[in-house]
Amino acid sequence: MKLKLKIWRQKDAKSKGKFETYYLDSVSPEMSFLEMLDYLNSQLILKGEDPIAFEHDCREGICGSCGLYINGRPHGLKGKTTTCELHLRDFKDGCTIVVEPWRAASFPVIKDLMVDRHAFEKIMQAGGFISTNAGAAQDANAIPVAKPNADEAFDAASCIGCGACVAACKNSSAMLFIAAKVSQLALLPQGRIEAKERVKRMVAKMDELGFGGCTNTRACEAECPKGISISHIARLNREYYAAKFSD
Amino acid sequence: MSGIFSSSLGKKLIMSITGLFLMLFLVVHLTTNLLLLVGDGSLYNRAAHALATIPLLRIVEFLLAFGFFFHIVYATIITLKNQRTRPIGYNKTASNRVTTWPSKNMYILGFAILAFLVLHLINFFLKLRFGEAPYVEGTEMHNTYLLVSSFFAKYWWYNLIYVISAVLLGLHLSHGFWSAFHTIGLNNNKWLNRLESFAYVYAVIVAVGFTIIPIYFWFAR
Ligand code: HEM
Ligand code: SF4
Ligand code: FES
Repeated sequence: MKLKLKIWRQKDAKSKGKFETYYLDSVSPEMSFLEMLDYLNSQLILKGEDPIAFEHDCREGICGSCGLYINGRPHGLKGKTTTCELHLRDFKDGCTIVVEPWRAASFPVIKDLMVDRHAFEKIMQAGGFISTNAGAAQDANAIPVAKPNADEAFDAASCIGCGACVAACKNSSAMLFIAAKVSQLALLPQGRIEAKERVKRMVAKMDELGFGGCTNTRACEAECPKGISISHIARLNREYYAAKFSD
Repeated sequence: MSGIFSSSLGKKLIMSITGLFLMLFLVVHLTTNLLLLVGDGSLYNRAAHALATIPLLRIVEFLLAFGFFFHIVYATIITLKNQRTRPIGYNKTASNRVTTWPSKNMYILGFAILAFLVLHLINFFLKLRFGEAPYVEGTEMHNTYLLVSSFFAKYWWYNLIYVISAVLLGLHLSHGFWSAFHTIGLNNNKWLNRLESFAYVYAVIVAVGFTIIPIYFWFAR
């Protein structure tokens, strides 16, 4: 198949950046989207040009590093997929594909399509964990967990930290990400112990790092490759107000 | 409690509580005004008189002004902050087919409501509180019915403004209703869709309710 690609090129964090157009004449529909970029890069390298920088690691939808804004939506138009799970068969022969980096003040562009997502790490460091001494695993049945809670926690835990929610939100809000992380721990007995401190710290960090507030537009949920529901945001709100009011 | 209202979630809590309060007010406001369509208007006059003279309701009126004030101030603070979070926008954007237009344009809708509110207060409230409004013959009671019915029978463009405003208010509430419950944490997977349906029902009732009144008096003139 033939493709016309409009790709954001930016030398480094300080440069201005602009779109470059590339043409590919014979790519296979079986190629993954990232393979197509690899192929384009190999051609650029042969021509002595700078290859396009983009992030990727697992290429199977579990690491969350491959976020690209494709044809106007995070991770492309297919829905509930990461960029690495897209294939060229998901596009029409001869079409134009516009590829941009995530856009948010808190996710500055490092180079081309790569953005700095340290902000997510800082939020996790602020409270996205449980403090416990590691040791031999205890018997799994020692702490009973209700099935609905286990299921909800598991759903929340499927967040891969890709940042599509921030990229999609008109306010660049990180609420879905934080809601997933807070829920995952708040729903389980081990996480309850530090629940109040955790939610306060993670929200404070989110505000400090310049993410916007939530207007409940549901854009995050619509673009999340893992289908994380905004009902977790309602839980985050509950947890936060309860923690704040008990201070 | 420390510093709750400086956080983004604290500010949203104010939006939500004031919004819920304003929505409750709208129910009362619509119910009393629908009395305009009942009988010869004497019932409406008595209701309007009661609402304007019961001392406790003067406190509620004060609260209402406060509610509007904080809703608008925090809407502005939140919107201004949110607008700074994406200095460089996207070149191409596509719809996700989930996000509704009102949810993305709450401030624009709110601003239109505010403009209407000012006009509305000039049209009725100021006249009733500070002069001009007619009285029911031989009493100390305003003939609010006459004021409203003659107003809507006179100028078609005012009717148009009132109808459009009712629709814009309905749009604000089609998102605001469920959003307010979501913000205070009263939502989960089961209630998400229910609340959204309730929001549409509530929004339609408000929009249609406030639309009927000017239209009725225009055609009854
Ligand atoms: C009768 C009048 C009004 C009612 C009943 C009303 C009701 C509501 C409700 C229930 C919400 C949802 C709150 C939430 O998401 O937690 C809301 C949000 C909002 N309102 Fe109003 N509102 C009114 C007037 C206004 C006015 C005059 C303005 C501004 C000039 C305004 C601006 C906004 C904005 C910007 C939001 C979204 C805030 C956000 O989600 O970040 N509203 N309103
Ligand atoms: S909530 Fe969804 S979109 Fe947001 S970071 Fe997690 S997986 Fe990505
Ligand atoms: S490369 Fe790991 S999720 Fe796409």
